[in-house]
Amino acid sequence: MKKWLHAALDLALLAALLTAPLYLSGYHLSLLGRFLAMAILSLGLCLVWGWSGVLSLGQGVFWGLGAYVLAMHLKLVGLAPGDMPDFMMWSGLDRIPGWWSIFRHPSVALAGVLIVPTVAAAGLAWLVFNRRVSGVYFALITQALALAFATLLISEQAYTGGFNGLTDFTTLLGHYIVDPSFQRALYWITVAILAAAFLFCRWIAKTNFGKVLLAIRDGESRIRFLGYNPAGYKMIAFAIGGGLAGVSGALYVLHVGVISPAMVGVVPSIEMVVAVAVGGRSSFTGVIFGTLLVNFGKDWISSAMPEMWQLVIGLLFILVVTLLPRGLAGIPQLQQQFTARFRRRATRPGVDTEPMAMTQEN
Amino acid sequence: MQNSLLSVENITVSFDGFNALDGISLQLMPTSIRVLIGPNGAGKSTLLDTIIGNVRPTNGRIVFRGEDITDLNEYKIVRRGICRKFQAPGILENLTVFDNLSLAAQPRRESWRSFGVGVDSRVRARVERVLERIGLEEKRSALAAQLSHGQKQWLEIGMVVSSDADLLLLDEPAAGMSLDESAQTAELIRNLASDHSFLVIDHDMTFVEQLSAPVSVMHMGRMLKEGTLEEIQRDPQVIAVYLGREKEAAVA
Repeated sequence: MKKWLHAALDLALLAALLTAPLYLSGYHLSLLGRFLAMAILSLGLCLVWGWSGVLSLGQGVFWGLGAYVLAMHLKLVGLAPGDMPDFMMWSGLDRIPGWWSIFRHPSVALAGVLIVPTVAAAGLAWLVFNRRVSGVYFALITQALALAFATLLISEQAYTGGFNGLTDFTTLLGHYIVDPSFQRALYWITVAILAAAFLFCRWIAKTNFGKVLLAIRDGESRIRFLGYNPAGYKMIAFAIGGGLAGVSGALYVLHVGVISPAMVGVVPSIEMVVAVAVGGRSSFTGVIFGTLLVNFGKDWISSAMPEMWQLVIGLLFILVVTLLPRGLAGIPQLQQQFTARFRRRATRPGVDTEPMAMTQEN
Repeated sequence: MQNSLLSVENITVSFDGFNALDGISLQLMPTSIRVLIGPNGAGKSTLLDTIIGNVRPTNGRIVFRGEDITDLNEYKIVRRGICRKFQAPGILENLTVFDNLSLAAQPRRESWRSFGVGVDSRVRARVERVLERIGLEEKRSALAAQLSHGQKQWLEIGMVVSSDADLLLLDEPAAGMSLDESAQTAELIRNLASDHSFLVIDHDMTFVEQLSAPVSVMHMGRMLKEGTLEEIQRDPQVIAVYLGREKEAAVA
């Protein structure tokens, strides 16, 4: 029963996304597009946190790396020959640095969107997991990293555009970004990449790799004593999460036309985690729903009562973690557990020690 | 002592100046069972921890099949063919019984080689064999979390066995079991000893008797005595330090 329910939910979601241009206004479609881009990051976080049990409060860093790489490309192709970005001139640079200009070529930029965040995530994971740093210490390290990353972006004004970030993009591969037909195509591309990422994650979950990730979440030492080295597994999972975050950031830049340090720091990184927690951190379908829900909620609340949003998201996080640890995806199971427990109480009084089975819904 | 499978040579483990193990030596032959007993704090679990690489010895060395494994990482030691079962069932609760065993039986354990879906026929055959030996064939698709306590212990013994290890370290495998279950566990271990070696810690003398294997008594980080259970139970030194007044009275 559970299987068909999940398949039905997946198909309903897909159908809703495919027909969205028919019933959504241009404004809401553009919102949906950018939130779907965020959902790609959530899939990666699902793999990292939900499957491997590694809580990252710094996904904004990898998201930002992908976003900045593409933004650099967009900035470069908008320049007349011999020209340089305005903020570089204001900061007194006399030419564009080499590590900037390599992203002028579209294929380098598109590859960079995936490779730069993946390599950064792999590097961090290699350093940290091999030293057996995990749990809350790892979460703190990633949060510090998010803070440092945003600070660095602001302070290196000459290379990053500082606090204002990068904006005023014109074309991608010769197409005008503001063009409605480009934005419509971008919506379809986002849906297609999200679908591909979803299938990729589902495949990962089915491999032995995915099973070892689950095993690591439940008992890292046990899997080590079966001859597996958890560090390698966590590193690959974290690198995949970083790559998906980078792709997500790049798509987001195309949707909104700007990237700035305020979008990659500590608070955005926490919002990413909350969205995944709300959806259900170990359900791929759940995290997509959660991301859409939280982001549309944010749009609605922050336009109605701007100062309330951070309060609401904090409260939401506390409620989900305490009352609904498996998020929205845990609701069907919650009901099953209630009935099962009720039945057990009724037939075998006093026996209430069976551990709650935590199965994967995906 | 040439053909011993495992040779623990003069191992000392110090924690802040306190010697948890104090010059322990132990030889294990292929396809044999050895039982370790001793009062709490004697260092039995520390000895297993040291063999598997979880605790680093201050002194001495451990040789497995002629190779010095003293300084290897846990997972590398496991890949050489030693596997350990912990006191509390260390099964993977969110995976099925079959997946628990197939992960343990999987020969390709490096992360970059783990992207296959399903298990190959050799692993499947081994898992089927183990399922039969531990009597959990019916439960293969159940989540490990849903097993009874005894079944969880057997599953973990099964995981240790399917890991293709030659030497299995079991820490109180019959803890918390009913008399029946514990007798079945002893029989399971005796059967498996036809092609594996076991180093078993246990307190329960009935269970130790059912294993009918040589016993080593540890006390204060040292090897006090080795022999059959009967010899051990008659030994005045052992009675004094371990079996206590109660047993002394029983023996007398």
